[in-house]
Amino acid sequence: MTTTMKIRAKLKLYWPLIKSLQTGLLIVTGLAGFMSTRCPIKNWQTVLAVTGSLFLAVSGSTVLNMWYDRDIDAKMERTRKRPLPANKMSPREALILGLVLSLLGVVWAVALDPLYGLIVFAGLFFDVVIYTMWLKRRTPWGIVWGGISGGMPVLAGRALGTGQIEWVGITLALAVLFWIPTHILTFSMRYHDDYQRAGVPTFPSAYGNHATHVVIAISSVIAAVMMGVAAYGIELTWGYLRLMAVLSTGLFFLAFSSAAKPSAHTNFGLFKYASLYMLSAMMLLMFVV
Amino acid sequence: MTILDRILLLITGLLAAYQIVVGIEGSAAMALWAYTIAFGVLLVAGLLLIIQGFGILDSPWVVVVSTIIPLSLSLGLVWEYLPAWRTIYLIFVIVGFLAVAITRFVAPKKVATFTLMPVHGIAGLLIFFLPIVMSLRGAMPGGFAWVGIGGGLIGVGGLLLAFLKAGKPILPQKVILTVLPGLLLLMTAAFVAGFAFA
Repeated sequence: MTTTMKIRAKLKLYWPLIKSLQTGLLIVTGLAGFMSTRCPIKNWQTVLAVTGSLFLAVSGSTVLNMWYDRDIDAKMERTRKRPLPANKMSPREALILGLVLSLLGVVWAVALDPLYGLIVFAGLFFDVVIYTMWLKRRTPWGIVWGGISGGMPVLAGRALGTGQIEWVGITLALAVLFWIPTHILTFSMRYHDDYQRAGVPTFPSAYGNHATHVVIAISSVIAAVMMGVAAYGIELTWGYLRLMAVLSTGLFFLAFSSAAKPSAHTNFGLFKYASLYMLSAMMLLMFVV
Repeated sequence: MTILDRILLLITGLLAAYQIVVGIEGSAAMALWAYTIAFGVLLVAGLLLIIQGFGILDSPWVVVVSTIIPLSLSLGLVWEYLPAWRTIYLIFVIVGFLAVAITRFVAPKKVATFTLMPVHGIAGLLIFFLPIVMSLRGAMPGGFAWVGIGGGLIGVGGLLLAFLKAGKPILPQKVILTVLPGLLLLMTAAFVAGFAFA
């Protein structure tokens, strides 16, 4: 096997470890935070640096999560084919990969701007240590910390652009925080048996499906409201605000439908729409400057 | 749903989003909101079709929500170009929408259909004829007639879906679902082009 083929094989093995869609979405939020304050064309070097540092840090934290959760991943149907539970690579290799990616990401972020680096590090710490290692197996409320860490890239991007932590950045981070339950809770209902088998406490197992549907609906609405408030604070033009209002109304409609007449189909529709909503809303913020 | 269907629906959504962002220059606030609601419903409906597939058309809400498009578009047109009819048409839109929504859920199917027909019919005819007549009279640029063509297409789509939902399809269901994404795209493109000329 040639060196190129070996590298290609390794990359193919590592790719599922970084959850590319989730990582991509978090990078978009970070870029949106930065680009809502500075022109991306005049600051293209910084845009590249934000993309690179967030890619490394978010990927690193995801690999570390996979490393730590390999035992529960092996018990769940949905995740048992991941590289670690499927024994396609050693835990030591994954740990080293996760640490190297995380370290590179954080160092790059700190070199770019200390405040930006601190927030990126905080996101990584909350995700890996507080959420995955400490709370995930103890309480269903651990997802709050997962949500907080998810809000860090947008806050970091905004802080990099403005040089401070300000209310718009915090509101954007809150929008992500309240969007995350839609993602995680939908999964925990869809794969309820998997989580039960793995012994991971979830909202549906602790409070029932109905309460979970209501929590998803309420958090979706709060996420949309937060996004609207932040968009107003960013001084998005009237036309883009109208578009955001339309997309938010769609989210409200689905959230209330899901709470009023819960079904797996409606719930998964809400989950997909909420992801699309977050992506669209973040992209709209990029057009402001 | 095929990849092509999804692409057509995505372009429809993007066109609707574009129209919402650019608005219609010089429109009164009420007309602008009416147009925003119409294109907003088109956008969200397109996204939901992409996400959930044609199965979503089985929901009883589809008829109610799809009524919003012709009603709000026609309201915007009346508000802009038939100022003397503003109040009476606004009342018609509100009462018509409530009647469609209520009868859809509590009345027998026949009553719901007979309520839907005049509401859709009047709104559809307004969207079809008003821009064409205004263009022919020279009150508006010729390109504004595209809005009327969009109105004609929305009428065709509405009829196909209404009869399909009533259990008496004009065309086989498979054919209707095959042409629907293309029809939605053509209709939206016609509206956007027409308003660009306005």
